[in-house]
Amino acid sequence: MIDIAVVDYGMGNLRSVSKALEHVAPDKHVLVTSDPQEIAAAGRVVFPGQGAMPDCVRELDARGLRDAVKSAAANKPFLGICIGLQLLFEHSEEGNAAGLGILDGNVKRFAAQDMHDSGGRKLKVPHMGWNQVYQTKAHPLWRGIEDGARFYYVHSYYVAPQDGTLISAVSEYPERFTSCVARDNIFAVQFHPEKSQHAGLQLLSNFVQWDGRP
Amino acid sequence: MPLAKRIIPCLDVTDGRVVKGVNFLELRDAGDPVEIARRYDEQGADELTFLDITASSDNRGLILNIIERVASQVFIPLTVGGGVREVDDVRRLLNAGADKVSINTSAVLNPQLVADASGRFGSQCIVVAIDAKQVDDHWEVFTHGGRKATGLDAVEWAKKMVALGAGELLVTSMDRDGTKIGFNLPLNRAISDAVDVPIIASGGVGNLMHLVEGVQEGGADAVLAASIFHYGEFTVREAKEYMQQHGIEVRL
Repeated sequence: MIDIAVVDYGMGNLRSVSKALEHVAPDKHVLVTSDPQEIAAAGRVVFPGQGAMPDCVRELDARGLRDAVKSAAANKPFLGICIGLQLLFEHSEEGNAAGLGILDGNVKRFAAQDMHDSGGRKLKVPHMGWNQVYQTKAHPLWRGIEDGARFYYVHSYYVAPQDGTLISAVSEYPERFTSCVARDNIFAVQFHPEKSQHAGLQLLSNFVQWDGRP
Repeated sequence: MPLAKRIIPCLDVTDGRVVKGVNFLELRDAGDPVEIARRYDEQGADELTFLDITASSDNRGLILNIIERVASQVFIPLTVGGGVREVDDVRRLLNAGADKVSINTSAVLNPQLVADASGRFGSQCIVVAIDAKQVDDHWEVFTHGGRKATGLDAVEWAKKMVALGAGELLVTSMDRDGTKIGFNLPLNRAISDAVDVPIIASGGVGNLMHLVEGVQEGGADAVLAASIFHYGEFTVREAKEYMQQHGIEVRL
């Protein structure tokens, strides 16, 4: 019995995700896999991702995982992380890539040249480090996590959902951007819970216990 | 509230132990890496950097074992550098649990390595470490732990590394490392202004005011320090509280 499948499509480091899940759920079977059948058999699915989105889409398709991910996102507790959030949308400015189109909306790049902090200093892209996450909607995955808790980010693109009611949290850099979306059994975050110490482990622990209902 | 400035304790590791030297020489034992990593995590470190300075090739595999052990207990970003020569070295470190890999001498010998590694694993996990020293009226890049001059201008080199795919730069002033007289602020500022990616300032921290200056005057997005934490002079939390008192956004 596979409790949690971590989708491996050859993009980036999945060890951090699986180690953090094993840490919060030592009695669960966590499997890093690129086998569509194992993803279909798993009780819940984590969809991580690093690197450039066009490469992610290509690698996902090269492994025949598109349908497995779409089907998991339709019917079981599903956690997208970083590019795993961005891939759920229709289109990304990064390499003009089409995403999976599970959620309506686009992925946009931070406008590095126009971004300054309150002191007038240039803001760096990628947005890298610990930023505050403001919960805009109650959700079981926020349980035990303070509103405004800091999570670790590293990204140059952010999602812009067409349906604002999907937004479950926002952060600021320097403008507000969507840092989490939630719809039915899907919960997807731009930050890295697996690298966000206590708050991140709490979120993963909440996911492991979640029944998939908002 | 804005993005927090990061405090990154640095662990120089040789033959499986954490050590600290002055100007890259005179190494002193500072303890067990896994134990020290856990302590910094508990104190609120934002990331940890491990620099493998193991000289003998027999013991180079030790770092992988250390990273594996740290990564299963400490859930903050881990950067590992030292002896990274090829894309396969990057892969091995990432598989062991590193989140970012820092490339230094090999980036000078083979700049294509930075392009290849970031192309394969993403810019977010490729840090280029630049060891710079003042030479006449500019800063020059040095390699091999500060022993070899390269003739490269540090600011130009920083721009080139970012163009090739570096997602972050670790800027160490060789004139300052281990001296405890503070970061080389003009060096950090020049590089920070020249590129869009985050800069980690390193080399020379002796007190908490140095950390504040690194951010406020040096334009650093993160500050790296070793000896002020290793010998218990300050905890990471004390450093963060001090920075916050000076108006810097930190994660507490």
